[in-house]
Amino acid sequence: MTATKAPTEPPKQRVVRRPGDRIFAGSAKGSGIFILLVLAGVAAFLISEAIPALTAPSEDIPGGEGLAGYVGPLILGTLLGAVLALLVATPLAVGIALYITYYAPRRVAAGMGYVIDLLAAIPSVVYGFWGLAVLAPTLVPFHVWAADHLSWIPFFAGPASASGRTMLTVGLVLAVMILPIISAIAREVFSQAPALHREAALALGATRWEMIKMAVLPYGKSGVIAGAMLGLGRALGETMAVAIVLSGGAGATLNLIGSSNPSTIASNIALRFPEATGLGVNVLIASGLVLFVITLAVNMLARWIVNRRADFSGAN
Amino acid sequence: MAKRIEVSDLNIYYGNFLAVEGVNVSIEPRSITALIGPSGCGKSTFLRSLNRMHEVIPGARVEGKVVMDGQDLYGSDTDPVDVRRQIGMVFQRPNPFPTMSIYDNVIAGNRLNSKKMKKSEADDLVERSLRGANLWNEVKDRLDRPGSGLSGGQQQRLCIARAIAVEPDVLLMDEPCSALDPISTLAIEDLMAELKDRFTIVIVTHNMQQAARVSTSTGFFNLNGVGQPGRLIEFNPTEKIFSNPDQKATEDYISGRFG
Repeated sequence: MTATKAPTEPPKQRVVRRPGDRIFAGSAKGSGIFILLVLAGVAAFLISEAIPALTAPSEDIPGGEGLAGYVGPLILGTLLGAVLALLVATPLAVGIALYITYYAPRRVAAGMGYVIDLLAAIPSVVYGFWGLAVLAPTLVPFHVWAADHLSWIPFFAGPASASGRTMLTVGLVLAVMILPIISAIAREVFSQAPALHREAALALGATRWEMIKMAVLPYGKSGVIAGAMLGLGRALGETMAVAIVLSGGAGATLNLIGSSNPSTIASNIALRFPEATGLGVNVLIASGLVLFVITLAVNMLARWIVNRRADFSGAN
Repeated sequence: MAKRIEVSDLNIYYGNFLAVEGVNVSIEPRSITALIGPSGCGKSTFLRSLNRMHEVIPGARVEGKVVMDGQDLYGSDTDPVDVRRQIGMVFQRPNPFPTMSIYDNVIAGNRLNSKKMKKSEADDLVERSLRGANLWNEVKDRLDRPGSGLSGGQQQRLCIARAIAVEPDVLLMDEPCSALDPISTLAIEDLMAELKDRFTIVIVTHNMQQAARVSTSTGFFNLNGVGQPGRLIEFNPTEKIFSNPDQKATEDYISGRFG
C-alpha cells in the first residue's frame, strides 16, 4: 500500500479498520467499562453510607454491643444457611446432571431437564411460603429426633424447635432454590465432555461409571465449582424465603434446629429497613457491605480453585 | 498374548441403516492387518465392531459372529467391558486424558481393574510401556506433567503406551497417523513393527504406502454408492494386493482409478 503513495509522503503503516470491527470492539469495551462502573458505584455507595456506622461509638449501635457484635451473628447465620444449602444441593445437582446426560433415556432426560429448569423460575416468595407451610411442619419430627440422638454434634444441640422454622429448614429451602442453577451448569459441562476422551476411557475397558470418573468429572470439575459458587451467591443473598421461614432473634449459635436462630444479613436488612432511622440505616448498609465483601471473596476463591490446575483442565 | 479373530457374516447397523454387510475374515495373530478403502466404506466401523466400541453410539448394533480364540465376543454372556480390556484401541486423533499426568495416563487402564498396585510395580509398568512405545527417553523427566503438553506424535505414542500397558491380546488402530507429520508417522510405523511380535494388530489407514510398508495382510473395503452398505471386497496378503489383486475394484483403487 505504501508503494502507491507519493514519494514525498513518509511511508506510514496503515492498519485497515473496518466499521464492523470498530463497532463491535467499541461496544464490547463499553459493556466491560459499564459493568466496572456499576460495581464501583455500588461499592462507593455502600462504603460512604457505612462510614457513620463504622465510626459510631459502640453503645449507639442497635443491640449496644458495637458493630461487630451486631453484624457477627448475621454473618454466621448467612454463612450457615448458604453453606448448608450448598452441601445439600451440590452432590444432588451433580447426580441429577449425570443422570440426565449419561444415564436417562433420551426422552426422559429432556423432560427432566425442563422440570429442573422450572424450579429456577419459581419466585422466591413462593419458596418462602412453601418452606413455612409445608417443609417446616414436615421436618419437626426430624428436629425432635436429631435433638434426642445427635445432640452431641453442636449443629443439633437442641432443644428442638416446635415450629420447624429453623436454620436447617432454611438451608433445605435454599438448597432447592439453588439446585437448578448448579445442575443446569453441571449438565452443560458434562454434556460437553469430549467424545474423544470418553471413547478413550471406554476403549480401555472402563464401565460407564469409570468412564464418567475418568473423562467426564475431571473435565466438568471447574464448571461444577463455578455453578456451585453461583448457587452460593444466590443462597448468600436470598432475602424473601429466609425472611419468611426463619424465626430469628438469637445471637451467634451453631445450633441449626433451635427455635431462635441467627438471622441472615439479607433477610435482616429486608425486615429492619422499613423502620430503621438515622444510624440504624447506616448499620444495615454496613451489614450489606459485609455481604458484598463475602460474595466477592467467595467468587475470588472459586476463581482461584478453578485456575489452580489450569494446566490439567483440558482447555489446552 | 496375541490371539486370532474370526469374523463371520458380520452385518453392522446404525439404527436401521446397514453400514457394513457380510464380512467374513480371519485375522492372524502376531501380524499386522491393514484395512484400506475410500472414506465412508465402513472400515472404521468394522474396526470398532471388533472391540464392541461400535455399540457406544446410540442405536448402533451388529449381527453375526466375532470369535477370538474360541470366545464369542458378541455372546450373550460376554461383557463388552471385558472385551475392551482384551482388545485395545488407538484412535485417529491422539486422546490422552488432559486432566491426568503422563504417568497417570499410562496406567489409567490398569487402575481401572482397581487392583492395588505397589508404587514400584506401577513405576516399572510405566517405564516398560513408555519404552515399548518409544517415548520413554523423551518424557522420563516430566512424567508428572499433563499429557496434553506433548506434541501430536508424542501424544499418539502416549496413547499407544496406555493401550499396551494393560497387555491386550489385540491392538486396533484407527488411522493412527493421519493427524501426524511424516517423522512422527515413521516413528509409529517402526513401533508397530516391534509390537507385531507381541500383539495382533489391525490398522485402518488411508495411506496405501503405509499399508504396503507395515502390514502382512490387507483388506480392501468398498461400497457401490452412497447409501449402500460397505463390503469387504478382497482380503489377501499385502504383497498380492499391491502387485496382483484378485479383484478389479482393488486394482482400480490402488492405482488411483476409482470412481
